[in-house]
Amino acid sequence: MSIPKKITLSTTLAVVIFLFACSVSATTITVSKNGPVKTISAALLLANPSDTLLVTSGEYAEGNILVNKKITIIGDNFPVIDGKEEGEIFTVTADDVHFSGLQIQGSGLSFLEENAGIKLKEVKNCSITNCKFLNNFFAVYLAKAADCTIENNFIKGESVREVTSGNGIHLWYCRDITIINNQILNHRDGIYFEFVRNGKIQNNYSKGNLRYGLHFMYSDSCEYANNTFEQNGAGVAVMYTKNVLMKENHFINNWGTTSYGILLKDISDSKIERNIIDQNSVGLYMEGCGRVTISNNTFSKNGWALKLMANSMDNYFYDNNFIANAFDVSTNSRQNFNTFSKNYWAAYKGYDLNNDGYGDVPFRPVTMFSMIIESQPTALILLHSLFIDMMNIAESIIPAITPKALTDSQPRMRPAL
Amino acid sequence: MKLVKEILFYEIHNTIRSKWVAFYTAFFFFVGYGLFTFSGDVSKAYISLMNIIILIIPLVAIIFGSIYFYNSREFIEMMLSQPIDRKSLYRGIFLGTSIPISAGFAVGFSLPFFLFGKVNDQFGGFLVLLLMGILLTFIFIALSFLISVRQDDKAKGLGIAIFIWLVLAVAYDGIVLLLIYLFQEYPLEQSMIALTILNPIDLGRILFLMKFNIAALMGYTGAVFQKFFGDSLGFIISFLALAAWIIIPFFFSSRYFKRKDF
Repeated sequence: MSIPKKITLSTTLAVVIFLFACSVSATTITVSKNGPVKTISAALLLANPSDTLLVTSGEYAEGNILVNKKITIIGDNFPVIDGKEEGEIFTVTADDVHFSGLQIQGSGLSFLEENAGIKLKEVKNCSITNCKFLNNFFAVYLAKAADCTIENNFIKGESVREVTSGNGIHLWYCRDITIINNQILNHRDGIYFEFVRNGKIQNNYSKGNLRYGLHFMYSDSCEYANNTFEQNGAGVAVMYTKNVLMKENHFINNWGTTSYGILLKDISDSKIERNIIDQNSVGLYMEGCGRVTISNNTFSKNGWALKLMANSMDNYFYDNNFIANAFDVSTNSRQNFNTFSKNYWAAYKGYDLNNDGYGDVPFRPVTMFSMIIESQPTALILLHSLFIDMMNIAESIIPAITPKALTDSQPRMRPAL
Repeated sequence: MKLVKEILFYEIHNTIRSKWVAFYTAFFFFVGYGLFTFSGDVSKAYISLMNIIILIIPLVAIIFGSIYFYNSREFIEMMLSQPIDRKSLYRGIFLGTSIPISAGFAVGFSLPFFLFGKVNDQFGGFLVLLLMGILLTFIFIALSFLISVRQDDKAKGLGIAIFIWLVLAVAYDGIVLLLIYLFQEYPLEQSMIALTILNPIDLGRILFLMKFNIAALMGYTGAVFQKFFGDSLGFIISFLALAAWIIIPFFFSSRYFKRKDF
């Protein structure tokens, strides 16, 4: 009889110790304006690693809050964390910190410090979900961070001038970062990447940013899918990068003298697939690009659908649709080292006698007028003039100044899906 | 003035009876109808309509005007044997030809817009096209009358009419392009604006393109153009230029008509 008793006793003891340990490792501390813990900073001092801070609604203006232990901060009904336009709000220096449900506003403008709503500094496994960022200098800033997730946030700035504004989501020297379902409005750059590896950007909506909706440089192996970039000052710029996959994005209405749907500079070994590029001054601009595959995209109603500079080579364009652009393709050279095949060109006027779905006459997407514009931009005032239309027809029959090699030998008769 | 009115009504009646106007109205109606039905996209339809307006209207107006004037020669001689004022007769004939033609255009052009309810999207573009069509009709009928008054030979007169249309619609742009190449080292924006204003067809085209925010494509030139044509002063100057294209040929032909020995 004594043996079971011993067992019961030891089990009870074990359970008690276990429960105690649990309560130590995961207490929830409630921060409330009328509770015992009134500020987030105070709660952070009290908290042990792995605790949860539940911040109830109200306004908390505590200056800079340093998060230096593993912790989860949850907002109940969007408590307002206000930086009062001075300094940074949250600075995170510990791994495994999670934020959600907060409204973070007013990180201060500075020409020396990059003050952010939340800055993750040299950390791993952090997340920022379901937060609102309003009127911050920088909203979310990741420096040398890894394995972090930024999801379902609403980020809105009040940028007026480029020099006095910061980026929505800013990444510097990061790897394995996932950015999903965020809305980023009115910052300088919507999403900014520099020296990032394995970034994944999905379902984000970036609109009305002063400079670029998405700006990334020196960032390898990143993936962009299902994002929408709309009405940004200069569209999207991708520079000095390898192995990028951009698919099913919308680049819409980036209209202005220096606006681009996508600007690619020194990009290689990348894929651009199934994007919709609509109503941009320049749909896709490529300079110094190599081995980029551009397929199944739809370019519609752009000023220039594609500006392909002569220093780009071995790029492959197939199954794209070019519809109702003022210019389909323009280039600055008579040479061409890129391949066009099986695209649909609304401007194509050929025929298909054997009914295989591809026109029997090759299509030359570069018109004489687009070559003239390249050297004499003033001549654009002759757009839609009868004289120009006649010259284009003459040139398409006997090419004299357009690149001879730039042809689509199998133009589609119907748009590719 | 009463005389002008009487001749005007007679001429309008006469022009409409010739079925040209009905055909003309039907043409614009079906073109617009077809474009809205098949192209689906309003801005594309607008561009096609603009091309038709700035090419077809001048051509039809200048040819119709010449033919009409030559055919009315007997009528004019008969009228001149009556004790009436030559100036009034000439005015009556000019307005009696221009008004029905431009009205025919305006009706045929506007109907599809109302039928498809497309007036409100791009209302500015619609208005510019409508106004431009009417003004181009007046301009090219004035030019055709000038030719017909000066040139008694019908075949020669028609030849000159077509030549003038070719110069303004096609060759002029070639010369502009040539000038752009020749003077590429110089800032050309101001002179380009001047050259545009001098040709009614180009002016119509540019005024329309500016409404469609094409300026953004043109870089610096576009900015200069937008500043000029987007300004109310630029707008007034453009309309004065178009009015001058009606008034000057009309004035000279009217003066010649007064002294002409029929």
